[in-house]
Amino acid sequence: MKPSGNILFSGVGGQGILLASEITAYALLATGLDVKKSEVHGMAQRGGSVVANLRYGEKVYSPLIDPGQADFVVAFETMEAVRYLPFMHPKTKVVVNTHKIAPPSVATGKAVYPHAILEELAKLHIATFPVDGFGIARSVGEIRAANLALVGALSSFLPVAEEVFLAVMEERLPRKLAENIAAFKKGRQITAA
Amino acid sequence: MAKADSEKLWLSGNEAIARGAWEAGVTVASAYPGTPSTEILENLVKYDDVYTEWAPNEKVALEVGLGASFAGARVLVTMKHVGLNVAADPLFTASYTGCRGGLVIVNADDPEMHSSQNEQDNRNYAFAAKLPMLEPSDPQEALTMLKEAFELSEKYDTPVLFRTTTRLAHVKSLITVGSRTLGPVEVKIAKDPAKFVMLPGNARARRQTMVGRQQELLAFADTYAGNRLEKGDPKRGIITAGVAYLHAKEALPDASFLKLGMSWPLPEQMIRDFAASVDELIIVEELDPFHEIHIKAMGISCLGKEKIPATGELNAAIIKRSLTGEGPDLFAPAEMPMRPPNMCPGCPHRAVFYNLSKLDVFVSGDIGCYTLGFLPPLSAMDSCVCMGASIGVAHGLTKALGGDQYKKTVAVIGDSTFLHSGINSLANMVYNKSHATLLILDNRITAMTGQQQNPASGGTLMGEAAHAVDLEQLCRAVGVAHVTTVNPHDISGTMKVLKEELERDATSVIICRAPCVLIPEMRQKKITPLTISQAHCTGCQACVRLGCPAISWQPLTPEEARELGKKEKQKGYARISAEMCNGCGQCQAVCKFEAISEVEAGS
Repeated sequence: MKPSGNILFSGVGGQGILLASEITAYALLATGLDVKKSEVHGMAQRGGSVVANLRYGEKVYSPLIDPGQADFVVAFETMEAVRYLPFMHPKTKVVVNTHKIAPPSVATGKAVYPHAILEELAKLHIATFPVDGFGIARSVGEIRAANLALVGALSSFLPVAEEVFLAVMEERLPRKLAENIAAFKKGRQITAA
Repeated sequence: MAKADSEKLWLSGNEAIARGAWEAGVTVASAYPGTPSTEILENLVKYDDVYTEWAPNEKVALEVGLGASFAGARVLVTMKHVGLNVAADPLFTASYTGCRGGLVIVNADDPEMHSSQNEQDNRNYAFAAKLPMLEPSDPQEALTMLKEAFELSEKYDTPVLFRTTTRLAHVKSLITVGSRTLGPVEVKIAKDPAKFVMLPGNARARRQTMVGRQQELLAFADTYAGNRLEKGDPKRGIITAGVAYLHAKEALPDASFLKLGMSWPLPEQMIRDFAASVDELIIVEELDPFHEIHIKAMGISCLGKEKIPATGELNAAIIKRSLTGEGPDLFAPAEMPMRPPNMCPGCPHRAVFYNLSKLDVFVSGDIGCYTLGFLPPLSAMDSCVCMGASIGVAHGLTKALGGDQYKKTVAVIGDSTFLHSGINSLANMVYNKSHATLLILDNRITAMTGQQQNPASGGTLMGEAAHAVDLEQLCRAVGVAHVTTVNPHDISGTMKVLKEELERDATSVIICRAPCVLIPEMRQKKITPLTISQAHCTGCQACVRLGCPAISWQPLTPEEARELGKKEKQKGYARISAEMCNGCGQCQAVCKFEAISEVEAGS
């Protein structure tokens, strides 16, 4: 029986979620697994909350992760890690960017950004792995590499060798490859232990 | 992956349809963009030997398709579900004329309304227009079945409807691709008035041809390999199609399945045999009880919408819970602010809605990025129905209200939407003497669906330069005597014109022209971001009320305010994110305290 799993990528439109989920999908495909990925385009973008569903296994039918079935959540923005709580189960692993983006109601002073929002996950004993995506991106000299740092943190949990990820990145990333690989490795170190 | 095995590609449903069209030998394709169908033509244009175009609307696209089919070409026409309403007029009579070259109409439904104003189920069009409809479940089937659709179209002399939904269009999987084969029909002028000229005399004869075709298609449905029996536990038999099949298979892997690849007409004999072979027959379908009604009309009893929800998207969990009552306990959602979409930093539309929010007017809106002007803090839209509706709705309001209420009635429409279906309504306003004010938000592109060219943008889908419709001249030609063009980023200048034109007792048009910040020319422009001088910011929130994603409000306690050298009653101050700022200057224009200026170079 081949391994199977459900990865939910969440964040804010324009954060590079598509590329991160593509790299992950190609790496899983390279190991011979069946993979399906579902995205939403159009009105759902434009700075709104966005999500991509990635499922892998011997044979994947439905392109959607059912509520309570996400094995991994990769959140590109802190609050967006918690928005999809009904999709998690007690053993879900959450990789979360510590970067915060104020939604319109917060930016206009009508609401406050929930203080210590990750406590919601801690209360339920959900394993959470904070990643300073922008810190890593700055340290490798490519501000847009935060998404690869998150993929790196996710990669430790997947049935894919690191070399496979590196090969996929080499094939798929046209620019700033060295910086992106460095970000990936720094992200991977956070969860490798 | 694609390198390791050149026959397998990781493609979305829309990319697979484009590939399938190319493999099927399509030489002409026309469409109006609409989520979730847009990427089909955006991908098809990348292949050689296919003419592709953006039509001004879906009706035009289908008529273009019909003409190319009459000439003998294999043709693809694509649109979103509501687009088929616009194209319904040619659709119903194309069912009479039939085609020469294969004509396939891809119709993309949007259950759950991810990006639409309604979630109509367009399988009903197949029944109403008496056309066959194929419905794939995943990208591989999309490619294979699209090629079959062209054969079907030519063999049975009929346009073929091809239904996708969001969870096929935007789902990716690894699929096997093939090579291109051209269609069998010779491309030439082929006059056949009895078939192509739908006067009553000819149409009555074609109507009888259609009756025969429907019988033949019924017989075909029972032999079509895309309608497939998957034997399992005979206790539960499930009839399903499209993406609902994938969800149902996941929910009840052991059940017996009749998987329909052809959603209309139905394979009656297969359904009768299947019904007889299972204890309980269940129809699992998204949206309307379309198959359920037609299966019940055969005299077969089955379960359907009394179990399976008729609104929104399905997933495996919904199906399982509906049919078995089983499902995991779920974590309750945590409370947190919503994150709706927003107009981009630097979007010219924002300034228009900022002005409208200051006026006591009814804003009749339309479909596009600017529909987001409805959301707070701008909250400046009072109705939005369908493509082009803004102008007719505004006209109707003024006629019902009478008197000088036109002074409080504004219609707002984008450049692409105006060309799609707004021009007729503007002619009506002049003809029937309505004095409302129309704002055309001309951002030089069809923006919401991802920056597609249109007849006013100066370019084509295939990358050629093209004539750009002169919107001012067009408005004058339909009889609008008062056409003013403004730069919407000039907030006070636009407000002055707005007030003048609202007062005017004649139809007037204000063209608010500034390019979308996402078009390539604008992306390449050097941006000088703006910054707010904390020393000058009084916390008045004028800039915050623009709702720009680059501007955020930082609350202050009285102590913090004092420490910053401000008055204790100042509740906070505004900040601009230099990374997000587009330098448009709208916030600078609304700041009365000259607190906003360009970031100095090197800082």
